[in-house]
Amino acid sequence: MRLAAAARLWGPPGLLLTFALHPALCLRPARTAAPPHRDYCVLGAGPAGLQMAYFLQRAGRDYAVFERAPRPGSFFARYPRHRRLISINKRHTGKANAEFNLRHDWNSLLSHDPQLLFRHYSRAYFPDAGDMVRYLGDFADRLRLRVLYNTTIAHVTLDKDRQAWNGHYFILTDQTGQAHRCSVLLVATGLWVPNQVDFPGSEHVEGYESVSVDPKDFEGQNVLILGRGNSAFETAENILGVTNFIHMLSRSRVRLSWATHYVGDLRAINNGLLDTYQLKSLDGLLESDLTDLAVVKDHEGKFHITLKFFLEESNQSADAITLPQDDNDNFAMRVAYDRVIRCLGWKFDFSIFNKSLRLSSSGEFSKKYPLVKASYESKGSRGLFVLGTASHSVDYRKSAGGFIHGFRYTVRAVHRLLEHRHHHVPWPSTEHPISQLTNSIVRRVNEASGLYQMFSVLADVILLKENATAFEYLEEFPMQMLAQLETITGRKAQHGLFVINMEYGRNFSGPDKDVFFYDRSVGHTEDAWQSNFLHPVIYYYRHLPTEQEVRFRPADWALPRPTAIHHIVEDFLTDWTAPVGHILPLRRFLENCLDTDLRSFYAEAMKVGAAPLIITGLAAVTRQK
Amino acid sequence: MMSSSFNIFRVGISVVIMCIFYKSAVDSLSELSPQKYFSTLQPGKASLAYFCQADSPRTSIFLEELNEAITPLQDYGISVAKVNCVKEETSRYCGKEEDLMKAYLFRGNILLREFPTDVLFDVNAIVAHVLFALLFNEVKYITTLEDLQNIENALKGKANIAFSYVRAIGTPEHRAVMEAAFVYGTTYQFVLTTETALLESIGNEDIENAHLYFFHCKQVLDLTLQCRRTLMEQPLTTLNIHQFIKTMEAPLLTEVTEDPQQVSTVHLQLGLPLVFIVSQQATYEADRRTAEWVAWRLLGKAGVLLLLRDSLEVDIPQHSNVIFRRAEEGVPVEFLVLDDIDSLISHVESNVHIEEIQEDEDEDTKSPNMDVQDDEVAETVYRDRKRPLPLELTVELTEETFNTTVVASDSIVLFYAGWQAVSMAFLQSYIDLAIKLKGTSTMLLTRVNCADWSDLCTKQNVTEFPVVKMYKEGKNPVSYVGMLGTEDLLKFIQLRISCPVNITSVQEAEEYLSGELYKDLISYSSVSVLGLFSPNMTTAKEDFTEAGNYLKGYAITGIYSEEDVLILSDKYAATLPALLLSRHKEGKIESIPLANSHAQDIIQIITNALLETFPEITVENLPIYLRLQKPLLILFSDGSINPQYKKAILMLVKEKHLDSLTPCWLNLKNTPVGRGILQSYFDTMPPLPLLVVVNLHSGGQVFAFPSDQAITEQNLLLWLKKLEAGLENHITILPAQEWKPPLPAYDFLSMMDAAASQHPTRKDPECTKEMDVQENDKKQHEDKSAIIKEPIETLRIKHWNRSNWFKEGEKSFRHDNKEL
Repeated sequence: MRLAAAARLWGPPGLLLTFALHPALCLRPARTAAPPHRDYCVLGAGPAGLQMAYFLQRAGRDYAVFERAPRPGSFFARYPRHRRLISINKRHTGKANAEFNLRHDWNSLLSHDPQLLFRHYSRAYFPDAGDMVRYLGDFADRLRLRVLYNTTIAHVTLDKDRQAWNGHYFILTDQTGQAHRCSVLLVATGLWVPNQVDFPGSEHVEGYESVSVDPKDFEGQNVLILGRGNSAFETAENILGVTNFIHMLSRSRVRLSWATHYVGDLRAINNGLLDTYQLKSLDGLLESDLTDLAVVKDHEGKFHITLKFFLEESNQSADAITLPQDDNDNFAMRVAYDRVIRCLGWKFDFSIFNKSLRLSSSGEFSKKYPLVKASYESKGSRGLFVLGTASHSVDYRKSAGGFIHGFRYTVRAVHRLLEHRHHHVPWPSTEHPISQLTNSIVRRVNEASGLYQMFSVLADVILLKENATAFEYLEEFPMQMLAQLETITGRKAQHGLFVINMEYGRNFSGPDKDVFFYDRSVGHTEDAWQSNFLHPVIYYYRHLPTEQEVRFRPADWALPRPTAIHHIVEDFLTDWTAPVGHILPLRRFLENCLDTDLRSFYAEAMKVGAAPLIITGLAAVTRQK
Repeated sequence: MMSSSFNIFRVGISVVIMCIFYKSAVDSLSELSPQKYFSTLQPGKASLAYFCQADSPRTSIFLEELNEAITPLQDYGISVAKVNCVKEETSRYCGKEEDLMKAYLFRGNILLREFPTDVLFDVNAIVAHVLFALLFNEVKYITTLEDLQNIENALKGKANIAFSYVRAIGTPEHRAVMEAAFVYGTTYQFVLTTETALLESIGNEDIENAHLYFFHCKQVLDLTLQCRRTLMEQPLTTLNIHQFIKTMEAPLLTEVTEDPQQVSTVHLQLGLPLVFIVSQQATYEADRRTAEWVAWRLLGKAGVLLLLRDSLEVDIPQHSNVIFRRAEEGVPVEFLVLDDIDSLISHVESNVHIEEIQEDEDEDTKSPNMDVQDDEVAETVYRDRKRPLPLELTVELTEETFNTTVVASDSIVLFYAGWQAVSMAFLQSYIDLAIKLKGTSTMLLTRVNCADWSDLCTKQNVTEFPVVKMYKEGKNPVSYVGMLGTEDLLKFIQLRISCPVNITSVQEAEEYLSGELYKDLISYSSVSVLGLFSPNMTTAKEDFTEAGNYLKGYAITGIYSEEDVLILSDKYAATLPALLLSRHKEGKIESIPLANSHAQDIIQIITNALLETFPEITVENLPIYLRLQKPLLILFSDGSINPQYKKAILMLVKEKHLDSLTPCWLNLKNTPVGRGILQSYFDTMPPLPLLVVVNLHSGGQVFAFPSDQAITEQNLLLWLKKLEAGLENHITILPAQEWKPPLPAYDFLSMMDAAASQHPTRKDPECTKEMDVQENDKKQHEDKSAIIKEPIETLRIKHWNRSNWFKEGEKSFRHDNKEL
């Protein structure tokens, strides 16, 4: 807070200073020796950084990963404090399909090595964080990823150069003052700076990052926990049985992930306190804005909650400060607490980025994330991409982009974009005759994991060829970039396209909604558009939508209004292969979009004319093969 | 409960119609001046106007009837008005005297018909006459048997006919027929007569009553045959005709393997019983014939189904051969043991009493047949889903076993997806092949289910289903691209000898060329290819070997490059390097020089050589010949071809007159669909044999060789020259894109729009007003909120892009029925 004020105060001179220092900073190493150059620099050897390193390595690119710790995954070496990951490690699905199984494996990174699946590292459904550290270490070692450990990048700045891929280089300076010059900067540093709220008495508050994890330390104590996320509840869960009571305080109401289908909200595995609160035990939840609070320590070392407002009124000794219960004798937090613990989550470390990079925060509702486009490229400087947890502003509280099982796919999408932008490798695609159209879609919606995890963020795109006799299939394209598809992928979309997305029903879920209402599922194919659970939705466009159309699409729509839309009715088993319930309506939709017949026929039937269509022309038969 | 949901449906319909015709007056006769009236006419919209003197009495019998006709006519988009002829505005439609006043029917501002008021004697007559005038093209009025026969002949193989006899124009029966024609007129040819003689001549003496016959002409391909006729036995009302036509549309015979209690067909919804003929595998063919016979007898009275006992899970009594299920819900099925068809028919007929359409609350608004599988492959696969396949005859491979297996033994691998219908249909053929080859082949037949082993399939470059690949020593897999059937795949496997075969002596080469060497393979390939090279032509040999490898499974190729190769090249007049093509059928050996030909060229040369010069075209080989992208010159022949004609055409080929065409012939005995093709070219079946040029790839014109000319080399050549010079007229042009979607899809976009705009709709003054009026006038007392709660009901009836006039009419027709 104080720092921010200083910066504002010194704003204009500071800017001048930067300009003055700027040539000095980059010229000095240039004079001695040119800084070592890399095409790609990855900041951070966490899951996202390693995932990107893997793709760069497979493509044979010039890259390096910078990691301040001696081993990968340093965040997981410390967090979660109570060591239990809440990402599921489902080892059995009853299916052999490896791609499908990734839908229920939330911890593995993508690689060609079947040994590098997380299920080989833990048998627990909610695995231990230590296993994740071991896994990430193995991932980096087995795949021989180029990681520079013990290298802390302290400062990142820009060096304008017309020759550079993006018109500038990124200059990374490490703790020894050594500079590294990079054409593309991939920031995968995650969120690791603990969120703090500044209020009077906040110095009395213990942080999640350092609080004791030994329940013995909490025996018979009154505990107040600030925060309402998974870390807060995880902390409460650990000491639930030994404290007198636990009160939890936060600004917003609790958001349960099974009601919001957002994995970042409170997971059922951590919500034991809710159970006891509602079952009239002494624990409880309260809502209030933390910035209005003040914590006062009395002579016994106990903590009292009061309002900042009262503190400003009087400037008296601790014991004489007005407490809410003085006026309002049934004030909820009138008891004294032995401990106050802050579990408010983390934010992105903006401090190492020079202002010239214009890396700013995402705005009021996702301050903790840097601002990026739907392509994960920073809005401020071309060639700077944010990967992994830090890139979650794109789908915060919507999809899984902030978690391993989601960002392993968004990282792949960024890599595909870079391959085309800098190496003229078009977005991978497969080409098929139109007779395979229904098949291609059915196959993907039934097995694709990227579509399933990153629903409404990454979507498959089918580009039709002239006269719709053939099509190209592109996987997992960032759907909000649809208007720029041709420049990003290097593929042509002149003859119409389909977008295959997975969606929950609108208005189905939300923090206050009853998601178990009667009749919540839809069975009839004609009501498929009202499906509530995750189900495939296919958009048909005659022309690629424009940027304007994407930006000003109707509220609640994942994409601009299409020419036609199809919902495949939700399925309890997420198995969309029913011949009449799923495939037949899909075929009818595709047929009507393309104004053609996509059925197959038996040659025997054709011989006797059972297929009346072919009477009009022999040409029909050729469509078979 | 039932009635309330029914009313919701009714209102939903009204909204649709009202929004479209909201400009027309509702239910009370609008009175306009002539000028005003003509200014309201809209292009394409029909309007009935009664012109009368301004000072005429306010009410008359005619006006009362006209008033009553407003609502029914509005349902068909026809507005009704009374025009007052005031003195200031004279109109030629205004008669001089009261009793000369007439009603006029306009479409836009074009006068279609004028009606003296005494013709429009009641509401039925008004509706009947107006629709009759509007549907002038859809409903053919005839007077003689000859007319009927002409129509019948013209429609054989094309469309079915609804023929009706009514005693007079303007009767309630006539109205019912016209209302049906309004809905079904584009699907069926409606034919109407009032001639008693005509009715009698087709064998019906009951001239006192109206009758409707359904002529099943669509499946009649032989012009000499008569169309089957089904007489509608119920009285002619709109509801009964609709129901009758629905049963005519239903499949004649359905095969089922489900519990008879669970089966649902359109018959049940129409209140008709179901008759299940119980069959078993052993007697299937005979049972099917019986069932078809029964189905014809009971057409319009009951639905007939063939039930396969073997694949049924529920128990049915051992001896019963027929199961009878009434339309009423909750009545248990009857298991019958019947000795002959007649007792079956009489049992059904004595039990049938036609009742009103049962309102099935769940199914009532389903779009017609959209959920019915119309992909025959998917249909049969689904039907047979419980019939176990002897899969053990083929080896199932997984990601773990795949590599070791295909390395260890020469393998055929079928890559398929368990959920895909074509895959599963082909798997059946593949198993048949395994049965055929059991114990005789060294080839291992294996399969990979890509629904399970997705990564493996991707690695093997399999991105479509189904795919067959042949692996020898685990490498260079050869993909199979033939028809997905046992025979063709068998040929592919049999021809797998490691090509090209190395021939080591001149004598062996001669045996190879004569077909002696690979006698057993000649039936699979009519051409043997031998490459001749001097020992030092290394690159040429490599190219040839590569081509031979590529063609493995499609052609027999051999290579000879010994020192004495000149003996062969001299004998067959070939310049080295060269190809010798031995056509076993024709006993001919030709040589083709190979200088500077790359593997790709060699493949092309051999592929072309495999094509016959004058093949018999079949469904199976047509795609190969179409790939040449040339117009087809087809000789249609009933039975085998006249050698004279063959000679003439081969002569033309030899003289290179047919280079721009693909000459072929079609044997109607082997390929009966040829008859249908000819009919679409000629309308009526022409005399055979017949020569036709079909330009499929550009334009789609069809030219016929004059049937009065003999098919000789000279005549043909002359005709082809004229054709080339553009002097011949085509007999027909094949439509460019006839490969249309068989049925519409759900239009989710408009359903979503309707749901989103539902509350705003209430604010829309025009639509809302109409809806309210509709409600009041129909005296429907249901809670209005119920309408809002049930948007889906309204939406389900909307069709993809089918909001045109007739379809709306169809809907109104349907709801009318339900209300009756």
